[in-house]
Amino acid sequence: MSIVTPLKTAAEQALSAQFSAAKAELPGALPVRKLREDAFAGFEAKGLPHRRLESWRYTDLRGLLREAKPLADKASVTPAVTACLAELAFEGVRLVLIDGAFSADLSTLDAVPPGVTIQPLSEALVSTREDLIRILAGPGIAQIDTGLMLNTALMRDGVFIEIAEGTELAQPIAIVSLASGEDERAIFHRSVVVAGKGVKATIVEIGEGVGPHASQVNGAIVFETGDESDVQHLRIVSRAVPETVQVQTLMATVGANAKFESFALVCEAATLRQQYFVEYAGEHSEIGLRGVNLLGGQEHSDVTLVMDHAVPHGVSREMFKNIIGGEATGVFQGKVIVRKYAQKTDGGMKSNTLLLNDGATMFNKPELEIFADDVVCGHGATVAQMDGEQLFYLMARGLPRPQAEALVLQAFAGEAVEFVQDESLRGMVMGRIESWLAKRDGSSLASTV
Amino acid sequence: MAAVQETIDQVKSIDVTEYKYGFVTDIEMEKPAKGLTEDTVRYISARKNEPAWMLEWRLDAFRRWKTMKEPDWARVNYPPIDYQDIYYYAAPKGAAPQSLDEIDPAILETYKKLGIPLREQEILAGVAPENRVAVDAVFDSVSVVTTFKKELAQAGVIFCSISDAIQERPELVKKYLATVVPVTDNYFATLNCAVFTDGSFVYIPKGVRCPMELSTYFRINEQNTGQFERTLIIAEEGSYVSYLEGCTAPKRDENQLHAAVVELIALDDAEIKYSTVQNWYPGDAEGKGGIYNFVTKRGDCRGRNSKISWTQVETGSAITWKYPSCILRGDGSRGEFYSIAVSNGAQQVDSGTKMIHLGKNTTSKIIAKGIAAGKSDSTYRGMVSAHRKATGARNFTNCDSLLIGDQCGAHTIPYIEAKTATAIFEHEATTSKIGEDQLFYCQQRGLSEEEAVALIVNGFVKEVLQQLPMEFAVEAQKLITISLEGSVG
Repeated sequence: MSIVTPLKTAAEQALSAQFSAAKAELPGALPVRKLREDAFAGFEAKGLPHRRLESWRYTDLRGLLREAKPLADKASVTPAVTACLAELAFEGVRLVLIDGAFSADLSTLDAVPPGVTIQPLSEALVSTREDLIRILAGPGIAQIDTGLMLNTALMRDGVFIEIAEGTELAQPIAIVSLASGEDERAIFHRSVVVAGKGVKATIVEIGEGVGPHASQVNGAIVFETGDESDVQHLRIVSRAVPETVQVQTLMATVGANAKFESFALVCEAATLRQQYFVEYAGEHSEIGLRGVNLLGGQEHSDVTLVMDHAVPHGVSREMFKNIIGGEATGVFQGKVIVRKYAQKTDGGMKSNTLLLNDGATMFNKPELEIFADDVVCGHGATVAQMDGEQLFYLMARGLPRPQAEALVLQAFAGEAVEFVQDESLRGMVMGRIESWLAKRDGSSLASTV
Repeated sequence: MAAVQETIDQVKSIDVTEYKYGFVTDIEMEKPAKGLTEDTVRYISARKNEPAWMLEWRLDAFRRWKTMKEPDWARVNYPPIDYQDIYYYAAPKGAAPQSLDEIDPAILETYKKLGIPLREQEILAGVAPENRVAVDAVFDSVSVVTTFKKELAQAGVIFCSISDAIQERPELVKKYLATVVPVTDNYFATLNCAVFTDGSFVYIPKGVRCPMELSTYFRINEQNTGQFERTLIIAEEGSYVSYLEGCTAPKRDENQLHAAVVELIALDDAEIKYSTVQNWYPGDAEGKGGIYNFVTKRGDCRGRNSKISWTQVETGSAITWKYPSCILRGDGSRGEFYSIAVSNGAQQVDSGTKMIHLGKNTTSKIIAKGIAAGKSDSTYRGMVSAHRKATGARNFTNCDSLLIGDQCGAHTIPYIEAKTATAIFEHEATTSKIGEDQLFYCQQRGLSEEEAVALIVNGFVKEVLQQLPMEFAVEAQKLITISLEGSVG
C-alpha cells in the first residue's frame, strides 16, 4: 500500500544504456525511431514489470532479470543450430530467425506461394509504408504493457508477411526462431502478418533455444486480418536452456466475419510469459485462443490474455490445459472485456489444471469485465489432481500405472489440441505431448478411489 | 444479460430513489471538534473511560495509520476523502441511560420506525423462544441498548457493546482483539483501530448453543460523522452462534464514511453464522450523497472442524469495499460465503471474499450473485488459495451476474491459487440470458411467461436467500423484491 518508487535495478540501468548506445543503429525510418523513443520513454517511466503490477502479479520480471544481457547483433549458426534446423524441416515455407535476425540463406524463400510477400522486418522498418506504424503498434489494449514497450524499442529483425486478398494457402508458413546460445544474448524480434480479405492461412511459430548459454528473448507477433479471413496460428515452445527468460507477445486485430485461432504448446518453458492482446475490428467474428502447458522441474509458464470485444456479435473461446509437475508454476490470467456497444457477445473462457505432485503450483485469474447487458459470458477454472477413478478404470483393464497416467493426461490435453485444424500439425502437437509424457518418470498423485 | 421488463420493474422498486430509511432523527448530539489528531483519539478513549492499555493501543494504531496510503486497487471511483472534515465521535447528549426508560424517546421512536424491537416484552408476546432475537442497537458512535442480556448471561453467553467488554472483560478483549485482522492489515482497518467507537462483543462459552439469534442494528444519524464500529465474536469449543447485522442511514447530500472491522474466532468444533443485510443510504440517482462502506470482515477458523459462514445481502451504500473472508486454519474447518449484491443508481460495489486454506482437509464454498442496474458497477473480487500444507483442500465457487440496462457494468475478478496437488478447486462464473429452453419448459407446464420469468429469476438468488435466518430472509426478500414472489402481473 505504501508508494513504490523503486530505485532502478541493474538490469533497468543496463537496458537504458543499451538503448542509448543502440538506437542510432537499430533499423527504422524516422516514424519508427519516434515509435522506439516513445516506447522506451514509457518503459523507463514504469521500469521492468513487477509483482505489484496487476497484470504481472505472478511473473516478477524485475526480480527475474537480475541483469540485462548484451543485445544480440549477429546470428551465430553453430553446429547445434544446424542440427536443430535439420530436425525442424517443413514442407512449404520455412522462415528462419537466428538470434532474432532473419536468415535468407536458411529460409526456403523459393517455396513462397503466389500472393504472399515476405520481407525481413529490418527492411520493412525503413520502408515508407503509410500504415506501418499502425500495424506495428497493434491493438490499443496492448499499449500499456511494459514488456511489449521494450520489444518495440529494441526490435531488431523478424519477418513481415503480407498475404494478398483472397489467397488460400495450402501449406502453413513456419517461422522458426532459434537462440544459438553461443554466448549470453538478449534477443528482441518481431514478426508481422497482414492477411487481406478472405485469406485462408496457417502460421506456425517455433521457438527453441540451444546451448550452452541461456538467452533472454522478447518476441512479438502482430496479426492484422481482414474481413472473412480464416487465420490459424500455432506456436510451439520447446527446448529452452534452463535460466532462459522469455516474453512472447501476440497481438491480433481481427476483421468482420472472420476467424482467428491460436494454439500454443509449451513443453519446455524455462521461464516463459506468453501474453495475448486481441481485439475485434468487425462484427460476427470468431476468435479462439487455446493452449497446453506441460511443466516440470523449476519451470514457470505464464499465460496472460486480454480479449477486447469492442463490437457486437463477437464469439470468443479460450481454453488452456495445464499439466504441472515437479516444482513448476503455472499461471493463467485471462480478461474478457465486453464494451458497452458489444451486445450479443458470446464469450467462454476455461482454464483446467492437473497438479501432478506436491510442490507444483497454479495461479488462476479468469476475469470478466462486462458493460453490455445482452451477452452470454462465462468462465470456469479448475485445479485438481488426476482422477483416481479414471486411472483405476484403465489399470483394471491391464494397463500399468505409467501408461494409464499418460493416457489420462493425454486425453486431458487432447481436448484443447482438437482445435488445431491442420491435421498434420495436430499430429505433430500430439506427438510432442506424447514424448513429453513418456519422459516423465515415477507415478503422480491421484485422488483416492 | 438482457433483463425482462419484470425484473426491471422490481429492481426499480428498490431503486435509490425509493430509499425508505432516509429520515433524520433530530436529537442533541455531543461531538468533539472535526478532524483527526492524537487528541481526537484521546477524546474518544476518555469518553469511553477506557483503561490506559486501550488508549496506548489506539495511539499506536493512529501513528501507524499516518504512515499508510489509501488503497486504490478496487474498481471504485470517488473524490479524495478529507479525513480532517469528519466528526469521529457523536453520541446523544446526557448521561448513559441505565434502562430503556432513560433513553431519549426520539431514539426509541427511530428504532420503532426502522422496525427494530428494543423492548423485550414486545418481542416476547406470541413469539416462540427460539425465534427471539437479542438486539444491540448502535446509534452513531454509541450502543444505546442491548436486549436480553440477562437471559443470555444465564446461558453463559456474553453479548454486550465492545465498550462494555473492554471495561468488564478486558482479559478476553486483550486476548482476541486484532488477532484476526491485524492492526496494520489495511488503511481502513488501522483507522478503525485508532478511532473505533462502538460495536458488539459476543462470547459463547464452551459447548453452548446460543439460545437465540443475536443481532446488531447500526444507525448513522448525525451529519458529517463517520461510523467506526468494531465487532468481536468468539465461539469457544463446540459452541454455536448465529449473528445478524443490519444498517441504515439518513438521506444526506454529502458522503459519509463507515469503516468497520469485524473479527470472528471459531475454536474447535465451533460454528459462527454471520448474516448481514446492508442497507446504508446509497445516494441519489446521480450519485450524490450516500455511505462509503469500507469494511474489513474476517473470520478465523482457528479450531479443528470449526465453521464460519458469511451471508450478505448488499443493497445500500454509495460505494461498497468489503470482502468477508475466512482463514481456514484448523484441520477440517469450513468456510462459506453467500452473497447477493444489488446495485442501482450510481452505486459502486467491489465485494467478494477470500478463502485461505491453511489446514488439512479444509473446505469452502462461495456463491455470489450480482445484479447491476442503472449506472452502477458491480465487481466480484475473490481469492481462494491453498497453502502447501493444506492437503485435501476443496473449494467450489460460483459467481453469476445479471445486468439490467446498458449503462451498468458487471465484473468478475477471481484469484485461484493452489500450492498443493491434493487441492480441488472449481470456479465458475456466468453472465447469461434467461434460457429459452427454461422458459419453454415452464410455459409448457402452464405458467404464463411472467410467472416463468419470475420463477427463473427467483432461482437466481434463492441459493443465497435460503441461507439467511428467517427473520432476515423476510427483510431481505422485501429489499430484493426481485425475488419476485407473488408480485407477477
